[in-house]
Amino acid sequence: MTHTLAKREAPPSAPERPAPQQSSAWAAGLASALLWGSGQAMNRQYAKGLIFLTLMVATVATELVTGYYGNLTSYSFRRNGGFFLRGLWGLITLGTEPRSTGLTGLTGGDHSIVLMVNGLIALLTLLVIAALYAWNVIDAVRTRRILIRTGTAPTSREYFTALWQSSYAYIVLSPLLALLLFVSALPIIFGILIAFTNYNRDNLPPLSLVDWVGLSNFTAIFSIKAWSGTFLGVLTWTVVWAFIATVTTYLFGFIQAVILNSSRVRYPRFWRSIYILPWAVPAMISALVFRSMFNGQFGPINQILLDWGLIDQRIYWFTDPSNALLARVMALLVNLWLGFPYFMALIGGALTNIDKNYYEAAVLDGASSSQILRRITFPIIYRATAPLAVLAFVANFNNFGVIYFLTEGGPANSNYQFAGSTDLLITWLFTLTVDNRLYNIGAVMSIVIFVLVGTFSLWNLKRSRAFDEL
Amino acid sequence: MSSDIIGTTRPSGAGRTARAGGSARSTGTAVLWDRAKTILIHIELAVLAVVVIYPLVWVVGASFGATGGLAQASAIPSDPSLGNYVRLLTATDFPRWYLNSLIVATSNMVLSVVISALSAYIFSRLRFRGRTFALTSMLILQIFPAFLSAIAVYMLFLNFGLLDSLTGLIVASLAAQLPYNTWLLKGYVDGISTSFDEAALIDGASRTRIFTHIILPLMKPMLTFVAITQFAVPWMDFILPKLLISSPQHKTIAIGLFEMIADETRNEFTTFAAGAVLVAVPITILYVVLQKHLISGLTAGGEKG
Repeated sequence: MTHTLAKREAPPSAPERPAPQQSSAWAAGLASALLWGSGQAMNRQYAKGLIFLTLMVATVATELVTGYYGNLTSYSFRRNGGFFLRGLWGLITLGTEPRSTGLTGLTGGDHSIVLMVNGLIALLTLLVIAALYAWNVIDAVRTRRILIRTGTAPTSREYFTALWQSSYAYIVLSPLLALLLFVSALPIIFGILIAFTNYNRDNLPPLSLVDWVGLSNFTAIFSIKAWSGTFLGVLTWTVVWAFIATVTTYLFGFIQAVILNSSRVRYPRFWRSIYILPWAVPAMISALVFRSMFNGQFGPINQILLDWGLIDQRIYWFTDPSNALLARVMALLVNLWLGFPYFMALIGGALTNIDKNYYEAAVLDGASSSQILRRITFPIIYRATAPLAVLAFVANFNNFGVIYFLTEGGPANSNYQFAGSTDLLITWLFTLTVDNRLYNIGAVMSIVIFVLVGTFSLWNLKRSRAFDEL
Repeated sequence: MSSDIIGTTRPSGAGRTARAGGSARSTGTAVLWDRAKTILIHIELAVLAVVVIYPLVWVVGASFGATGGLAQASAIPSDPSLGNYVRLLTATDFPRWYLNSLIVATSNMVLSVVISALSAYIFSRLRFRGRTFALTSMLILQIFPAFLSAIAVYMLFLNFGLLDSLTGLIVASLAAQLPYNTWLLKGYVDGISTSFDEAALIDGASRTRIFTHIILPLMKPMLTFVAITQFAVPWMDFILPKLLISSPQHKTIAIGLFEMIADETRNEFTTFAAGAVLVAVPITILYVVLQKHLISGLTAGGEKG
């Protein structure tokens, strides 16, 4: 190898001897594969080689410093492993020794979840290092080839200037990428992994260990009657809710926008600024106000109805287990109150963009006003606003706010597992995880919701051709 | 306000003129029917206005009324006073919660605008390896409801000692909204002609300079939208603080207000009402004043996915 290297460095007319040079290009790669940066050194890019070498040393040093490599008589990952090896061990085993009472008191024990998270971070870091390693090898081969073909290779300084320019995008994007990797992607992977464990209130670390359980959480949800019944019930209501909530707010918003647009209306601006209020007031506040107004025991609505003699006993609007339908209808009505102004404002804007000629032509043909509304105005508006209606459907599917603040999922439903009659998938998930600490079942639900919403959203995105803009 | 374009009036008005040549009697009924329609429409408008306003008036009224539970609340307080507000500011931690929410919402707004504007510019103007992958991943991340990863974030923060801190809350809120905002702004920058960039490049301007001096000013309408929503979302967010915050001194207003009302036996409804008014008034004014910006921003979000 040194022989060919010496030969090449001497004459600049390299391209005349292809065969041995080709193999030496691979030799540089092999050198870098064994010792990071050595291939670069062979290519006379010493600074670059040194950086790769430092990366390798740093990786190994991290492992050595964070582990216990002083005493290697009986090596075990649990005791001796460092950031990387112990991390991977933790991810695979989730711990082997539970906390126990020994002779010297309470022993530490393994915290399965901390081990899992550390393992994930170690794994992600290793993936980044693997990418750097591949780069190190490929770069050695590539530079070598250039060197063979032209006789000169860019110096390290030239290389880094070019790298700086070409990586401008990555440098500027780095805060976004770091946040997405560690606060979005990592938790999502973690959440998916939890679905395959028995992490719940019966198995809370550090008191006990969590184990991998394969698909048994999924089979539990879909085969144990109590779970599958709740799941199907809640899912059906979620779809019905999302559909009715979207259609009612859209249609009422449409009607209101058309009315306000009519020349009969005096002071349309005044009316509009009143109707926009439910959209402007934070939805959480409004939902809590409605919850109080319709409170069964102390709420003013019951009081008024009683005073006027319209009812003779208090109605438990949101909490009557024998009348789940009432709570559901009430939730839809409150949602209508909250949601119609947005569509009203949106459609109001779209109405002003409709070409007047359509109306004039329709009137000449003798169309009635209701015909014009149904055959001209609505189709045009619908085409312009359909993507937003679809988005509203997805938002309603995951409408945590209205349901949780209004009913907290109630009224109670004795056929359901930890769910009430108005619970949507997302509020049920919240109750499962936050209140009942059934993290594994919650994780399964998360995946199910993601698949449902994800499929729908992707279908919609494909239709709206957002992908074409990539 | 162009009110003559559409709908119920124009066709019926035209119908009236068409029939004007007919008998006087039919003209009379048409006018009468027309007037009845106008009255009916105004009745509808008035009823809806009452339905829309009553809950709001009721809570404002309750906040100025006698202190106590729900039973004390009425739309028009018989003996108006500031007692609930005084109680809210002195007997509860409301000022602390308000400050916490203000810190979280403001930081989230500033960081969101800076990071998503810069990233949108890069994604829109530069071609680099991994660009399509990054954009697609963000699209998929955005579909994942923030809450689903929130529990995992909780465990992560537990591990890194970020739990129960406002910093942790800001980081989590920021990451939850970034993909959507970046996509939204990227779509907007795509719509800005590249001829400005090219002219500046020829004049020797750096990419950073092009961003700060040319693109950023042109992005202003959409940045306003992002800024307002990124203030409003964490301002009233419930799920993330509920998961990530445990100590009373780090509570945000959403949590504080919800706890006041969730437990009926605490009889704090009128105090809640005062808090609700203080929390809702700034946001409401902002939304009403800037509604045009906000609606067009939402429309763009729908069209771009």
